[in-house]
Amino acid sequence: MATVLDSPLPEPRPEPPAAPAPADAPRGGDLVKRHRLSTRLWHWVNAITLLVMLMSGLMIFNAHPRLYWGQYGANYDRAWLEIGSVGERGFARVGPLKVETTGVLGVWKAENGTVQHRAFPHWATIPSSYSLADARIWHLAFAWVLALGLTAYMIVSLVNRHFQQDLRIRAAEVAPRHLWHDIKDHARLRFPTGIAALRYNILQKLAYAGVLFVLLPLIIFTGMTMSPALDSGWSFLIDLFGGRQSARSLHFIAAVLLVGFFIVHIVMVVLAGPINEVRSMITGRYRLPKERDPE
Amino acid sequence: MSDPVLDRRTLVRGLALGAGSLTLAGCDKLYAVPQFKHLLQSAEGLHYRTHRLIAGCDALAREYDAADMSPIFRVNGNSMPAAAAYQAHAAANFTDWRLVVDGLVAHPLQLTLAQLHAAPQRAQITRHDCVEGWSAIGKWQGPQLGAVLRAAGLSSRANFIVFHCADDSGGRPYYESIDIVDAFHPQTILATHMNDQPLAVPHGAPIRLRVERQLGYKQAKFVMRIEARERLDDLFGGKGGYWEDSAGYAWYAGI
Repeated sequence: MATVLDSPLPEPRPEPPAAPAPADAPRGGDLVKRHRLSTRLWHWVNAITLLVMLMSGLMIFNAHPRLYWGQYGANYDRAWLEIGSVGERGFARVGPLKVETTGVLGVWKAENGTVQHRAFPHWATIPSSYSLADARIWHLAFAWVLALGLTAYMIVSLVNRHFQQDLRIRAAEVAPRHLWHDIKDHARLRFPTGIAALRYNILQKLAYAGVLFVLLPLIIFTGMTMSPALDSGWSFLIDLFGGRQSARSLHFIAAVLLVGFFIVHIVMVVLAGPINEVRSMITGRYRLPKERDPE
Repeated sequence: MSDPVLDRRTLVRGLALGAGSLTLAGCDKLYAVPQFKHLLQSAEGLHYRTHRLIAGCDALAREYDAADMSPIFRVNGNSMPAAAAYQAHAAANFTDWRLVVDGLVAHPLQLTLAQLHAAPQRAQITRHDCVEGWSAIGKWQGPQLGAVLRAAGLSSRANFIVFHCADDSGGRPYYESIDIVDAFHPQTILATHMNDQPLAVPHGAPIRLRVERQLGYKQAKFVMRIEARERLDDLFGGKGGYWEDSAGYAWYAGI
């Protein structure tokens, strides 16, 4: 890649010129209305729901800590992922790759000091002590909140044009040069200021659209595919995901990707000013970052 | 305007504390409140009604090809009932065994294995989904439960079919129950054969229930007696099944 480094980097292309701002347009430092009530409500309901879904899901996984591809999979069949233990050593295995995880996964100490042989530790699961029945009650009740909440949010966001106005990805935005410019700005922690901060940048749009239109629907439909009754009424679900055990694997992978989104999301909130960001998600009011001095 | 900083901080701190306590012991404590647990459990009724709406009464569970069958169908739960009466039947190859059909029926029955073999048969290759998350595909064959219930003259007062089994766990007898819709579903059979062989003892000989649109714990093994009932709350723990009574699993196991 030496040739790339040697050649001068192209000048960052300026943003397409925005419409001239009226004289009374908000500027850096102003407190402005940012998030709609529907967005805020859905955000916090989802924050709780996804946490409950994840932690109860890890307990459900503890009941059979192996993942397979295809229509069937049980002990004696080849698992592509496994978290287990041999004696007092815990391990996690993905395909041929095996990592020792004693103390965290596979083998860990409970609060009362006893050594437990379960995939995920007590502090990561709901309930905190082993109960598949109770984890399923949590998981399957909150599944309704997740699915109905997403449906309602999508309908409201189409009607109030939140999707069209704030999340529509324009062709110019996904041009490689524009994407690269945005990635560099993120890497330098150069976040937009003034009214530009009200618009989602392309990386934000891609992340939110990926969660909204790909990950959340994927996790809901793969979850439904694990229901034997739904499989009878909607047998296309089994074909869509290539089998019940494939659906279970994809469900787990989608959960891991959502955890990844959550981590990046929290990091960005902290970097962008956590109090201002959290306030805007609670009250809807957001203080525009001050414009940088001209360089 | 008052200084918003304190309010904001209180809010953020409260939110963080709330989230923290909710996720750790908080969830366990919340769950210990009977009204909260009951609220979460009420989703079961929502699942049941939604599934009936989507799949109706007759939608069939997926049937697979012989090539899709699991090379090994793992044995789960009890593999040999401890009861002496059952073991005597097993030793005698179930020659003197009789399936009792009673309760809310006009003609209680005592059926031999030969009679079950002689009845019209249904064979199906289906997927068994354990509540724990694993699946296995096997072939099941036997008479339809609906035909047996019709022969016994099922009363219109019957709402549930209960399966009393030969095995027990920690002294508690194993039993399961399904509703009339599932009892008359075409794929609900009393399987006498598995993978073209007479049902082996670890898989529930001489017969096990197959109710294909529900999870594994509803597929009662070692069925000795079928009882038609109006209600379940006056039977054993009152929740309609061994796992429902002893560990809090959902009675409706379609999910």
